[in-house]
Amino acid sequence: MEAGEEKSKKAGGECFYEVFEEEIHQVIVGNRLFKFGERVAIGASGGKDSSVLAYVLSELNRRHSYGLDLFLLSIDEGITGYRDDSLETVKRNEVQYGLPLQIVSYKDLYGWTMDEIVKMIGLKNNCTFCGVFRRQALDRGAALLKVDKLVTGHNADDIAETVVLNILRGDIARLSRCTSITTGEDGPIPRCKPFKYTYEKEIVMYAYFKKLDYFSTECIYSPNAYRGFACEFINDLERLRPRAILDIIKSGEDFRIATTTKMPEQGTCERCGYISSQKWCKACVLLEGLNRGLPKMGIGRPRGNVNGDYKDIKARSTAKTIESKQCGSLDF
Amino acid sequence: MQFTLEFGGGLELLCDSVKIHKVNINLLNDSDILTMKDLLSWVRTNLIKERPEMFMKGDTVRPGVLVLVNDCDWELSGQLDTTLEDKDVIVFISTLHGG
Repeated sequence: MEAGEEKSKKAGGECFYEVFEEEIHQVIVGNRLFKFGERVAIGASGGKDSSVLAYVLSELNRRHSYGLDLFLLSIDEGITGYRDDSLETVKRNEVQYGLPLQIVSYKDLYGWTMDEIVKMIGLKNNCTFCGVFRRQALDRGAALLKVDKLVTGHNADDIAETVVLNILRGDIARLSRCTSITTGEDGPIPRCKPFKYTYEKEIVMYAYFKKLDYFSTECIYSPNAYRGFACEFINDLERLRPRAILDIIKSGEDFRIATTTKMPEQGTCERCGYISSQKWCKACVLLEGLNRGLPKMGIGRPRGNVNGDYKDIKARSTAKTIESKQCGSLDF
Repeated sequence: MQFTLEFGGGLELLCDSVKIHKVNINLLNDSDILTMKDLLSWVRTNLIKERPEMFMKGDTVRPGVLVLVNDCDWELSGQLDTTLEDKDVIVFISTLHGG
């Protein structure tokens, strides 16, 4: 499927956005993403994907009577000149689409804004902090709203990038999860991605034709992100062979992990009770580092020992083969 | 020939934050044919005031920039070889930012 083009060709008499909306409806129904009467929070950043998601979901909810109670959930990371502007867009969306809005901030949850964090740790590894904190913040926000499910606007390009990123880092645990359309069913709040098969390009075209209001500037800290390489790669690839994006996702779905590979076990964080494969969850480790003035804590291969598990460290360092090394412990 | 050029998705920042430009382009060659390739080159020289690498890569637009000619994806009309006519509307939208 060559994204927008084939869709326009297929459309014939119908216009592009009717086909777009119908396809999303089929993904929702075909993958049983929602149950009638569920309370659902839409992770809304004010950006193109979440704005289109909010619009389409509320439209389909109405048109096909999904019976969903929809909310907008926005995270304020405290990035001046970026997030404060995009939050204005979400506030406008709240009025335009008639969906109640909940904003959760890093400052309230963790006592730190991203600006303060970057001042402390410098311009490397910003996204590590932000990503980890945002994931938890969304769960906390969802709990406040008492919703049954979280829905995010991750599109096909995003997921293909994540597959590539996880391969580049040797993160098998994440690789096995990142292509699932619904994740976290065994955790606090399940989340799903209705745009999993939707190309970024189609979303932008939809927003353009429907004249949807969205905020379109890059996060000021993103130029230093490792994901940038995967993003550029995917964009170049799409130009050569547009189907590659869906094919990468398919490859990601079809990966099977060798039984000799050691996988992390899921438990709970001792400090905050959040889901974690270590004694402390990543957010707690990072936060402890920040509060103790140790910005490198939780970044890269562990040298010190917050988890107090000396046996673990020894086992890791004497591991003979790459396969027997614990997932996510390969460092670059 | 007269054209309406629209820049979106953050690209307007490269053109003095102006989203819509109504321009008049006359080619110096003999033929009356103006292609997208010619237009891009003209835009880079005359409208892009900063960071041209955000708009173009080589002869064509940077990967991640959507191009619509009269509301139609330029991939359907031949990309760089698309021929333009008087009063055409060309839209450039960047997809390179968070969602």
